Amino acid sequence: MEDILKVEHLHKEFDGFSVLNDINITVKKGEVVVVIGPSGCGKSTFLRCLNGLEEIQDGRVSLHDEVINPNKKNLRKTHEKIGMVFQSYDLFPHKTILQNVVLAPVKVQKRNKDEVEKEARKLLERVGLVSKADNYPRQLSGGQKQRVAIVRAMIMNPEILLFDEVTAALDPEMVKEVLDVVLSLAKEGRTMIIVTHEMAFARAVADRIVFIDGGDIVEESSPEEFFENPKSERAKRFLDSFKYIK
Amino acid sequence: MDFSTITSYLPLYKEAFLLTIKIGWIGILLAFVLGVVSAFILYFKVPVLSAIVKVYIELFRNTPLLVQLFFIYFGLPKLGIMISAQTCGIVGLGLLGGSYMAESIRSGLLSVSKSQLESATALGFSKSQMFFLIVFPQMFTMSITAIVANVIFLLKETSVFSAISLMDLMFTAKDLIGLYYRTTECLFLLVIFYIIMLLPVSIIGTIVEKKTRFGMYGD
Repeated sequence: MEDILKVEHLHKEFDGFSVLNDINITVKKGEVVVVIGPSGCGKSTFLRCLNGLEEIQDGRVSLHDEVINPNKKNLRKTHEKIGMVFQSYDLFPHKTILQNVVLAPVKVQKRNKDEVEKEARKLLERVGLVSKADNYPRQLSGGQKQRVAIVRAMIMNPEILLFDEVTAALDPEMVKEVLDVVLSLAKEGRTMIIVTHEMAFARAVADRIVFIDGGDIVEESSPEEFFENPKSERAKRFLDSFKYIK
Repeated sequence: MDFSTITSYLPLYKEAFLLTIKIGWIGILLAFVLGVVSAFILYFKVPVLSAIVKVYIELFRNTPLLVQLFFIYFGLPKLGIMISAQTCGIVGLGLLGGSYMAESIRSGLLSVSKSQLESATALGFSKSQMFFLIVFPQMFTMSITAIVANVIFLLKETSVFSAISLMDLMFTAKDLIGLYYRTTECLFLLVIFYIIMLLPVSIIGTIVEKKTRFGMYGD
């Protein structure tokens, strides 16, 4: 499979404080990479660097062979190719669900409105929310909003989807309905990078686990290997914290 | 209270009422335009201009309208600029109102969260699309309450116009009391006319607030 996204020697600082040291990773088409690690280790920052939401101090992020640079004019083209779903869903509160989904393809990609609406309804149907098409975001639960946010990113037909702790703000009962959607996308062969704290989900969805701590990739392996037999001490300790003693 | 007195005063009050409304609403319109422009300048951090706008807002929010009117009405002619009392009233109200409107509108602009803008960026919206499709429509929902409150406040502030001898409601009432000592009737009419002027604004304001309330709640 061809490489879609390439990260080379990524270095990111906030006010002189190094957040990501030297990150190297390549994502192939159709691959699902799950990034895990303790809070504050730089997972979210890493994702934000991938689509130019953060400036980077050194290194290179490229989609196919195009370098992603936050200061570059053609960043908008990049954003069309990289979809991102955030922890806080961030639906536009003044637009209905359907309008939320349709807005970007019509205004950014200049696609035909009727066709986009048809596709939007189909995608909403798929996540079980077509009946909410004319509701406003405030009338939906957190899990429903997050599913809409996923549809809103998907309808742009991105080459790669980034998920930034999409279930972190949800009630436990709503987590599954969102993760099921992500899982079904993975089965479809979509290329995705997922940051999550849901270990069971990470194991189920991932082709590859990337464990980050202190701004470095500490371990990178298959989900089976990572969860059954972590190589590094740090990963072992991290995984142990999910075990409860009866 | 003598009703025949009230009826005989009515035409005078009506005239004053119309003048008050005219000056009031033109002033408010000016205030709104000034407020929107100032708020946008602050929001986009336009160099130099935003510093000027900041000084303007603080200057006019922190001085009474009466003082501002005196400066315009008695000060400008000294510099050779002659303006009528009406224009003076409109400009004064516009400048005062502009500073209040600017802050209300700016708070509406700022209410659109950074994360919402980031998610719009991630969807590929350009800066101007983001502003006109996402920030601008939400701005009104968030600032409409404050804008309506400003309108009511500014309409009431017109009562200080009597100080620069504009024949507004307050001036007429004071004038009539001075002439005929019919204090009760004059003040009664004054209250009634202010209510006629302001009650519809309150009611329409509430309706507009409800109609534009699509966002933010239950989030």
